[in-house]
Amino acid sequence: MSTPVLEVRGLAFAYPDGHQALFGVDLHVHEGERVALLGPNGAGKTTLVLHLNGILTAGRGKVTVSGLPVAKEHLKEIRRRVGIVFQDPDDQLFLGTVRQDVAFGPANLGLKGAQLDRRVMEALERVGMADYVDRPPHHLSYGQRRRVAVATVLAMEPEILVLDEPSSNLDPASRRELADILRSLDVTVLMVTHDLPYALELCPRSVVLSDGVVVADRTTFDVLTDDTLMAAHRLELPWGFDPRRIDSLPR
Amino acid sequence: MGAGHGPRLYFHGHSAVHRAPAHLKVLGLLGFMLVVVATPRQSYAAFAVEAAALLAVVALARVPLGYLLPRMVVELPFVVFAVLMPFISHGPRTEVLGLTVSEPGLVAGTALLVKGSIGVLASLTLAATTEPPDLLRGLERLRVPDLIVQIMGFMIRYLDVVTAELARMMTALRSRGCDPRSPRHWPVLARSLGALFIRSYERGERVHLAMLSRGYDGRLP
Repeated sequence: MSTPVLEVRGLAFAYPDGHQALFGVDLHVHEGERVALLGPNGAGKTTLVLHLNGILTAGRGKVTVSGLPVAKEHLKEIRRRVGIVFQDPDDQLFLGTVRQDVAFGPANLGLKGAQLDRRVMEALERVGMADYVDRPPHHLSYGQRRRVAVATVLAMEPEILVLDEPSSNLDPASRRELADILRSLDVTVLMVTHDLPYALELCPRSVVLSDGVVVADRTTFDVLTDDTLMAAHRLELPWGFDPRRIDSLPR
Repeated sequence: MGAGHGPRLYFHGHSAVHRAPAHLKVLGLLGFMLVVVATPRQSYAAFAVEAAALLAVVALARVPLGYLLPRMVVELPFVVFAVLMPFISHGPRTEVLGLTVSEPGLVAGTALLVKGSIGVLASLTLAATTEPPDLLRGLERLRVPDLIVQIMGFMIRYLDVVTAELARMMTALRSRGCDPRSPRHWPVLARSLGALFIRSYERGERVHLAMLSRGYDGRLP
């Protein structure tokens, strides 16, 4: 098989206060895949995500992105390749206008002038927010801010898009709009979520992280219909939702 | 989520004052304030001229005084101090409206009140005629250190977020039978302000993470 876009091998990590969050995580994501990362609160999902672009440094084990190891000397390139969309868009949109925010990443990569402008507009068009380019982000609705947050990362042309709880706090319409956008993007996605129907809708494959180890790595349908696995790791489907009763899943 | 409701000091308009470049307005305000502060305490004629000049600018900007005056409440603590001064100062006594007050205190209090009011009104006029992002660009043009302009930019960006958070906390307090206005509940209020500080600090850390994730290396592009 080709080099995975994302490869995590034996990753272990303990916080400075001694709390160990990851105990040897193995994970690989290949080009074009959309993978859901599931797990109960406190399973280490966010800790894992922060290793993917070198915000946290592995205690043991290794993370590589398209063959490039996550290490101090490649941080700039790693952060271009791995685009993280954080949960709260207010953390991600910190400048005065949507344009400035979306330009922030590519400008850090050295883009300027017309080229930078084109990158910004392309990214905003991909999330359907091009009309809002000169608006201040705090005047947008929550769903719009989430989409702009995705654009800020797309503008860096990442090889893998990592989304932390993309559907949280969205109303059903914004949630669906975001799903349509994510499906329309031609990009590898790793999506951390508690929203299991959303994972089923968007990600053919799921990885379950529990107590700092990967306990399952299968198709999302298999994971969600394995009642023993689900119960053992505090995963629950919303009331009345049964994946077996869905005839066809959108691809 | 409480989305912002726009800058609350800015008064939308298209006057010559609105259109003037922000950095000139900042310099103008600075120069004007230096003159006001340097005016001797008892040159009331000079104060009158200064006040008239300021009112002329306000009129030119077509910002109604009814918009500016309520916003002058920020001056209140200084007003209280200015009013107290004639009573707590030493020196020769004089009689005003049947009250015996200190003469130097009266002079100092009046001067403080006049200079303060002119200053506050002038600053409000600048804020009413200049949108915050333009103000930041103006400061940049005046070669104010980049770091300070950046910090002010973040302040403007997150002002609405933090005040919305504070409003939610106050609603939560009220819903549980606490009245933040009553002194009896001030200790609770103080603790929640502490919590707000910590929350904002943690948000700052998350924003920094998000910046690093997009290749931030200490300079805003």
